[in-house]
Amino acid sequence: MRRVYMDHGASTPVDKEVLNEMMPYFDKIYGNPSSIHTFGREAFDAVEDSREKVANLINAKPDEIIFTSGGTESDNLAIKGIAFKNKDKRGSEGYHIITSAIEHPAVLETCKYMEKIGFNVKFLPVDEYGIIDLDELENSISKDTFLISVMFANHEIGTIEPMEEIGKIAKAHDVFFHTDAIQALCKTPIDVNKLNIDLLSISGHKIYAPKGVGALYFRKGIKLQTITHGGGHEKGLRSSTYNSPGIVGLGKACALGKNRLKKDMDHLKNLRDLLIKKTLEIEESYLNGHPEKRLVNNAHFRFTAIEGESLNLRLDSKGIAAATGSACSSKKLEASHILLAIGLTPEEAHGSLRLTLGRMNIKEDVEYVTEILPGIVNTLRNMSPLWNR
Amino acid sequence: MENVDYTEKVKDHFFNPRNVGEIKDADGVGTVGNPVCGDVMTIYIKVKDGVIADIKFKTYGCAAAIASSSIATEMVKGKTLDEAMKLTRNDVANELGGLPAIKMHCSNLAADALHKAIKDYRKKKKK
Repeated sequence: MRRVYMDHGASTPVDKEVLNEMMPYFDKIYGNPSSIHTFGREAFDAVEDSREKVANLINAKPDEIIFTSGGTESDNLAIKGIAFKNKDKRGSEGYHIITSAIEHPAVLETCKYMEKIGFNVKFLPVDEYGIIDLDELENSISKDTFLISVMFANHEIGTIEPMEEIGKIAKAHDVFFHTDAIQALCKTPIDVNKLNIDLLSISGHKIYAPKGVGALYFRKGIKLQTITHGGGHEKGLRSSTYNSPGIVGLGKACALGKNRLKKDMDHLKNLRDLLIKKTLEIEESYLNGHPEKRLVNNAHFRFTAIEGESLNLRLDSKGIAAATGSACSSKKLEASHILLAIGLTPEEAHGSLRLTLGRMNIKEDVEYVTEILPGIVNTLRNMSPLWNR
Repeated sequence: MENVDYTEKVKDHFFNPRNVGEIKDADGVGTVGNPVCGDVMTIYIKVKDGVIADIKFKTYGCAAAIASSSIATEMVKGKTLDEAMKLTRNDVANELGGLPAIKMHCSNLAADALHKAIKDYRKKKKK
């Protein structure tokens, strides 16, 4: 049976070139990068080389990058780090954070925690495509606002937020601008200077590096308070022994991603457009998210009268890996907050399917999926009491 | 991490559901669930001499919902109405070799739908 992986939004395979680059750091250059001996110095040089590669990808400087354990930690450090550091500098009416209603839980739950400990948080609503309202953003800024955190692109529906405009608003009001760029990285050009981004979260395993490594960019001059106390690594901001193999992998993945950006984008966009066109031929199927302002690798659908977990399990039985925003497949049994925020009913959200393409997918994969999918949708509809066409 | 795996029996009934469909001239029909929660189940029964002679179902929902509908129809086909009324949610889950804890409440509605269909039949019979 053909096996097709279309869940790159959940995780990507480690690129062969990335893996090769990492290997010596497990058993040959295994010294602690903080040690003074040659074993350590060699590993240290590799870490610093990776820092430069990560910085290059987003047009930052190496000393503006610190390594973390992944996207969630980067988001936590960005939001808590800046909030704790700056809370005494603002007015007395409370310290204000603005974010969006469709953030990844790493940002959303962190912001809810900030609310719990006394910060004020504004969760910006989004339109039917998942795009934030810029006027509402600007109107929400008060003299106590110190941070705007809006994702670069949404992890479920793939909508790309208006980064340039948000950056301008943040700059005009002297507010820090953080973005979770975990899904967008290596799928769209990112220049932190052009976009006025002050802090940006990076995750390795979404860009063909391993799981368990990530990075945070924060603009020179910005002060953060650490949330991880210990040996004082990364200028005291993130204590923990350097994960040198992982960091080397992240660096290589960023260098590859930069070199291949145009090639990858063209390839993914072609496949995505074919996937969307073919899938929408199914009766009562709809595309979620924005038709144009969406990630080149994201196709997100909903189908009337069927449920996403059933759909995913049946796809899996045909060798196809996908994802859904259905409540039935979530730990909380609640429909995806993103699908509800763009105005879908819970019923509509249950019938959702996310297909996220990757570098290794080929046209035949798309053809296979679009051959299999209509039959499965049909089978499930034929046993659904909600389908009586 | 919690286990999200279904038992082989759940998978069998999900991928090869028994008794799917409608009975046009059913003697009793029972629908339970709510599309908002992601599960809706309808059970149709045909009764002869106090025995469930035929039974069909239609289910919208996750694999647990579909599998529990399928196995419940198998469990009560040929049984008397009184026997079928005694079928519980736990009986259905046990017959499937267990369901993930999180699915026990929302998706395991087959017994409820069956009881509703039987009550519907009894109500119609009284008239």
